[in-house]
Amino acid sequence: MIQTLFGSLDQPQEKGFFDRMKQAVTRTRDSLSERIDSVVAMTRGVDEAALEELEMSLIASDLGVHVSAEVTEQLRERARREQIRDGAELRELLKSSLKKILDDQEKPPKTVAAPPEVILMVGVNGTGKTTTTGKLAAYYRRQGKTVLLCAADTFRAAAIEQLEVWGERTGVEIIKTRQGGDPSAVLFDALEAAKARKIDVLIVDTAGRLHTKTGLMAELDKMRRTTQRLIPDAPHEVLLVLDATTGQNGLQQARLFTESAGVTGIVLTKLDGTAKGGIAIAIARELGVPVRFAGIGEKVDDLLPFDSGAFVEALLGEPAASRS
Amino acid sequence: MFENLSEKLQRAFKNLRGQGTVTEENIQEALREIRVALLEADVNLNVAKELIEHIREKALGQEVMTSLSPTEQVIKIVRDELVALLGKDTARFQFASRPPTVILMAGLQGSGKTTTSGKLAAWLQKGGHRPMLVSVDVYRPAAREQLKVVANSIKAKLYEGDTKGEPAGTPLVERLAKEARREAVITGCDTLIVDTAGRLHVDSDLMDEMTRLKALLNPQEILFVADAMTGQDAVRSAEEFHKQLALTGTVLTKMDGDARGGAALSIRHVTGQPVKFIGTGEKPDAFEPFHPDRIVSRILGMGDIMSLIEKAESTLDKKKSEEFARKALSGDGFSLEDFRDQLRQIRKMGSLQSIMKMLPSVGPFSGMQQMADQVDEKQFNRVEAIINSMTPYERNHHEVISGSRRRRIANGSGTTVQEVNQLLRQYAQMRKMFKGIGKGNVLQRRAMGMMSGMRGSGR
Repeated sequence: MIQTLFGSLDQPQEKGFFDRMKQAVTRTRDSLSERIDSVVAMTRGVDEAALEELEMSLIASDLGVHVSAEVTEQLRERARREQIRDGAELRELLKSSLKKILDDQEKPPKTVAAPPEVILMVGVNGTGKTTTTGKLAAYYRRQGKTVLLCAADTFRAAAIEQLEVWGERTGVEIIKTRQGGDPSAVLFDALEAAKARKIDVLIVDTAGRLHTKTGLMAELDKMRRTTQRLIPDAPHEVLLVLDATTGQNGLQQARLFTESAGVTGIVLTKLDGTAKGGIAIAIARELGVPVRFAGIGEKVDDLLPFDSGAFVEALLGEPAASRS
Repeated sequence: MFENLSEKLQRAFKNLRGQGTVTEENIQEALREIRVALLEADVNLNVAKELIEHIREKALGQEVMTSLSPTEQVIKIVRDELVALLGKDTARFQFASRPPTVILMAGLQGSGKTTTSGKLAAWLQKGGHRPMLVSVDVYRPAAREQLKVVANSIKAKLYEGDTKGEPAGTPLVERLAKEARREAVITGCDTLIVDTAGRLHVDSDLMDEMTRLKALLNPQEILFVADAMTGQDAVRSAEEFHKQLALTGTVLTKMDGDARGGAALSIRHVTGQPVKFIGTGEKPDAFEPFHPDRIVSRILGMGDIMSLIEKAESTLDKKKSEEFARKALSGDGFSLEDFRDQLRQIRKMGSLQSIMKMLPSVGPFSGMQQMADQVDEKQFNRVEAIINSMTPYERNHHEVISGSRRRRIANGSGTTVQEVNQLLRQYAQMRKMFKGIGKGNVLQRRAMGMMSGMRGSGR
């Protein structure tokens, strides 16, 4: 290779402050579970330092400053009331209170008066809407339902082609238009087709949009109204696809998507990484939106109905780093 | 909404004034607020802790200067500290001494690698380079198709290659990369941008593939493409990518949203490499070199005045603006014609929302950012339509616009008489306000009134 003649271009590491910062950051790799274990080991009883450390751990899992403080405060109360002295007990208590935050929001999905059930997939760019749409199609197919896909992301380059591949993979037909077409128009066609063909589930993949773009958010509102006009009780589900790595901005995403699109539930994607999606707890707590599904990989069956117990277990129990 | 750090600090320092020095006790509260602000901006917990220690050391024992309030003083320390950590200058881009310069794009799924590849190519083209794009993402459905569409839209060269039915996997990835390099040399392209598949840092097979690509291409730049909305996990992915690939820099995407972008600090810390670019929208030119001082303001919730000024300078017609300012501030006031010109100029800068977002959320502009989301852009179309429907004489002599003229204008512009009335009222207010400024009046309340007027009438 010619380039090797010029030597490696790897830059020497900067020493000093950065190295120390790096060291500091390496500590976060300890999973929340390890942190809690250390809290537990540190203190036989439950003292203020232990609780504070716990609060920090929750923040490190993206629960956010407010929710972490609230949860810790509740824990402090209960620990005192129930005379909890043991760290392990404290941990169980934490688990149950986090689980409760999620479970409190669980509500049965809207009943479908007559098929098709219409599911609108919404979210910011790059969270995995198209992939989730494909996996969701497979999920309903496995339940023996007939599914139709609507490629309403007419904006992003090759989004339609991407969904087509998912259509082939799952053996599901797809209603589409050309790139740059009107998403509400293709949605209208898909709704008509789903009704005419007596399809069980219509899943609508929409373009990713930042929640701060008012014009694009209004477009979603229009799509929702289009749906309502054809099928009065639809959309039955509006799923916000949320990347598990999302930080505190997730709350704002959920808030604004709920305002314009009427989000009914969350799909937490990319949970196969090291991020555990703690923001979902903050969203459940502050906005009352439940988590419906969890995405755990790129394969067609890597989508599971959300299980709050397993989620909290993973958040608190599983070692985060599957490497040295 | 987030309370602004300055406001919080002001509260924390309420009792500090007159005490002479910043002491351990009286700064405690302020440091807490700073920590919360950093954490709410998604700065990594440990990074935040370390920063707070530094700030504490610097702030302690400082004389409270008369020229700066304690709040201002501490904010200055915080700012300086963050800017220092991010690096003072805009990072430079490395080019190979012998072309083609190879740029490898790396990152998690959905961080925006393909979009960024296109933007980078457009940016290089603008700088007189001849970039070639290639996608070696053989895994995600239609990923290669996506880059092709992007390349076409910016008229950039693309090495499409042919998978020849070869199954998706590292051999195919390596073949495409090698062929693209050869093609770049043959066609005289001086840069090759290699768009790769998104991958998790814990996926050892795919991370190995990146390492092999690096060995094969010997890239000058390995850019980590990261989503500005990333939370605490940013350090883990960035660290692992850096460990395996020795990144040369970061591109922070989706900065046009309202994420504070604290991940920039975290990533900079674990990689030690600068953030080189930011992505600010979906269009190919929504891409800028990174300025540390600006994101610091944003992380702290203090706006991005520099970007605003730069944007204004590059888009506004300076002479016209000065002329407008002179007229507006003088006794004569500005005409509706001038007003329309000014409106058109401002709109050239982009949406009013994006402009308002750049204002600091402290001082005279507090509240503007929150209002930005409620601004109805279409209202400006209506305002322009109304002014367009006036005769030139009416535009220069608004006082002649009688009831029947208003009806005509409303009909002509497809609006209502109420809307015409409202515009005229706002115009009169603004004229008065500007004259007031000319005489040294307070800007804030009036400006606010004007904005809320526009907001209200949009419904």
